[in-house]
Amino acid sequence: MSTETFTLPDVGEGLTEAEILAWHVAVGDDVAVNQVIVEVETAKAAVELPCPYDGTVAALLVGEGETVQVGAPIISVTVGADDDAGGTAAPEPSAPESSAAEEGSGSVLVGYGTSAARTGRRRRRSTTPDTAPPPAPAPADARTAASRPGPPPATPPVRKMAKDLGVDLAAVAFDGDRIRREDVRRHVEATTGGNGTSAPAVPTPETPVSDERRVPIKGVRRATAAAVTASAFTAPHVTEFVTVDVTAMTETVERLRAHPAFADVRVTPLLLVARALLSAVRHFPDINARWDEENQEIVHPRAVNLGIAAATPRGLVVPNVKDAAALTLVDLARALADLTTTARDGRTTPEQMAGGTITITNVGVFGVDAATPILNPGEAAILCFGAVRRRPWEYRGEIALRDVTQLSLSFDHRLVDGELGSRVLARVAAVLADPAGELLLD
Amino acid sequence: MTPFQLLTPDGELADDPAAATVDADLCRGLYRDMVLARRLDAEAYSLQRQGELGLWLQSWGQEAAQVGSVRALRDTDWVFPSYRDHAAAMCRGIGPEELLAQWRGVRHGGWDPARHRFHIYTLVLAAQLLHAVGYAMGARLDGADEVVMTYFGDGASSEGEASEAFNWAVTRAAPVLFFCQNNQWAISTPTTAQFGAPLHQRAAGFGLATQLVDGNDVLAVHTATARAVDGVRSGEGPALIEAVTYRMAGHSTSDDPTRYRSDAELDHWRALDPIDRLRRLLDRRGWADDGFLGDLDTEAEDLAVEVRRACRTMPDPDADAMFAHTLSVETPALAAERAGYAAYAASFVD
Repeated sequence: MSTETFTLPDVGEGLTEAEILAWHVAVGDDVAVNQVIVEVETAKAAVELPCPYDGTVAALLVGEGETVQVGAPIISVTVGADDDAGGTAAPEPSAPESSAAEEGSGSVLVGYGTSAARTGRRRRRSTTPDTAPPPAPAPADARTAASRPGPPPATPPVRKMAKDLGVDLAAVAFDGDRIRREDVRRHVEATTGGNGTSAPAVPTPETPVSDERRVPIKGVRRATAAAVTASAFTAPHVTEFVTVDVTAMTETVERLRAHPAFADVRVTPLLLVARALLSAVRHFPDINARWDEENQEIVHPRAVNLGIAAATPRGLVVPNVKDAAALTLVDLARALADLTTTARDGRTTPEQMAGGTITITNVGVFGVDAATPILNPGEAAILCFGAVRRRPWEYRGEIALRDVTQLSLSFDHRLVDGELGSRVLARVAAVLADPAGELLLD
Repeated sequence: MTPFQLLTPDGELADDPAAATVDADLCRGLYRDMVLARRLDAEAYSLQRQGELGLWLQSWGQEAAQVGSVRALRDTDWVFPSYRDHAAAMCRGIGPEELLAQWRGVRHGGWDPARHRFHIYTLVLAAQLLHAVGYAMGARLDGADEVVMTYFGDGASSEGEASEAFNWAVTRAAPVLFFCQNNQWAISTPTTAQFGAPLHQRAAGFGLATQLVDGNDVLAVHTATARAVDGVRSGEGPALIEAVTYRMAGHSTSDDPTRYRSDAELDHWRALDPIDRLRRLLDRRGWADDGFLGDLDTEAEDLAVEVRRACRTMPDPDADAMFAHTLSVETPALAAERAGYAAYAASFVD
């Protein structure tokens, strides 16, 4: 009998981590070579992993929903030594991967560096290796179920039951190797007063019901947090505001909607805002730039890759329209429609998000007037478009009800001075105040 | 053009003179080749998912195209494969350890090409077509009667090298057979987005003798390849076969095909499976008894065990080899790098 530990492989050429979606086996289950034991989700796909061993599941070392690094142990299997004759999948001559070779960086081919670095297994040799005391044994034995403080052992149905009942499995007392349905029921009776019909066999300590919900930080949320933090604390932000009468823009939107050229594509105010920003970039190209700290250079991309901040079910994503300045208005409308549809469906690809040079965020769709947006990392400016409201406004010397909106522009003050930022914002406002006239003269 | 077919998806032999040459021995041999190839392929896939291989490109679904064609060659003929041609490689006696070494990252190429007359895998799309033409021109200058066959896919056919190779082969009368496994998908690009006219039509424009064949019909592939090779060998000039087949798995273990193709499409091709199809013929004719099928099952499972063992026991490469094979005469700069790496490697405890 021996215990083999299976570490998370890199299933896709250079991935560093994966989330455990679902275990297909539980502690105590018999498993066979190549039996699917777990489904994981990488940055690329959901993938089923087959078991490399024949044996019995000794412990699941990672819970569902947890994200683990490539090279981290995820399951241990007790491999029987006395049933050599059984089964078509004969036991292999156990070769070099057992024990020492596997604990380090041996068994996972790609991503070995990650594994070794994170577990700290590979050390620089001491300068006096012969006289120094032998290094303390690495904590490899801690992988076994008994001594490892891993997630509470329970089968998926019991996990679901606990989840449905709002029970935290970590607080459930149990005998034996795993939590069973009765343990969960006893726990519920103990914590809610119960109905007294069956007294708990094990005295269960009162567990206060949690008054907060804790969600692991991962995926898009983590990427967003890293991006806005990096941006907010490296680029000194300045935000400017302007309020503008956009009645002419609203009318232009209506006219375009009726135009045959736009018969099969949606025209929105965002389209004209995008067009206005592209006009401003044409007049003031220095706004389409980025700060390259490493090379001590200000970089001016030739193309305008226009980003649109989009709220999606997965969170904030900022795909961009490549070389937007080269597009006709119809093509720009089509590109914006494609981009938002793709984003809402959760199908935005990394390529679509990479290489943005300037961004628009449309907070107006949520009914608010203005914001001080944070720059998309690596860009010099972000334009914020507020809600369009009917307001009493001065018009040709009198007060009239007009469509009015607020625009704001945040920019990276390291490379954009107040004058340039102001001129860009003023140009956007001027185009939206009179799209037909200004764009004719563009 | 309708693809040439000898064996219907139901396992019936077509009404064709060539069907008369089909016998039990041929069918059993081809069946065994395909079953063993699929077993190895599935096992290698599992090993990749277990972290034992860096990458694997499955041949699942393309066994008939590969086995049928390579078995129509003489052992002395040369093959220049792409990177998914495991079934063909196995027919040339290349074993699991040799096949997996490259994908485990312990060697640049897995086998001795001269011994198996099977060139190492070429990952650069369509480059092997030019290698094949060059080699075939050499064979012709030697006065040898060897034929060179080279495998490529529908995606590779769009590369400029493919057009160059077709043109060179025809103008130099190189004894080469281009064998395209059109498996419908170039990673996520479907053939509808790959070319406007089918490859066999385009190839005919270069002056190649072309044939479209049902690539999931191992008997049709075998017959068509034998005919084409006869023509090439007798000096009629180079030829091209386009075999219509299907890649049942993703492009590679890094690919998720569910993102771009439908279950209905998979079901369609599953019904055309090359192994099931030949099995129906064997059953109809009573050409495969329980003894044969049982032995084959055992052989396949033994192979799977051997694949796992071979994969896991492959020795890690000696890092020093990458310096040893860089230049024939070591320069001082290279020697310094070699010494520097050795010192670095020695600085680790384990």
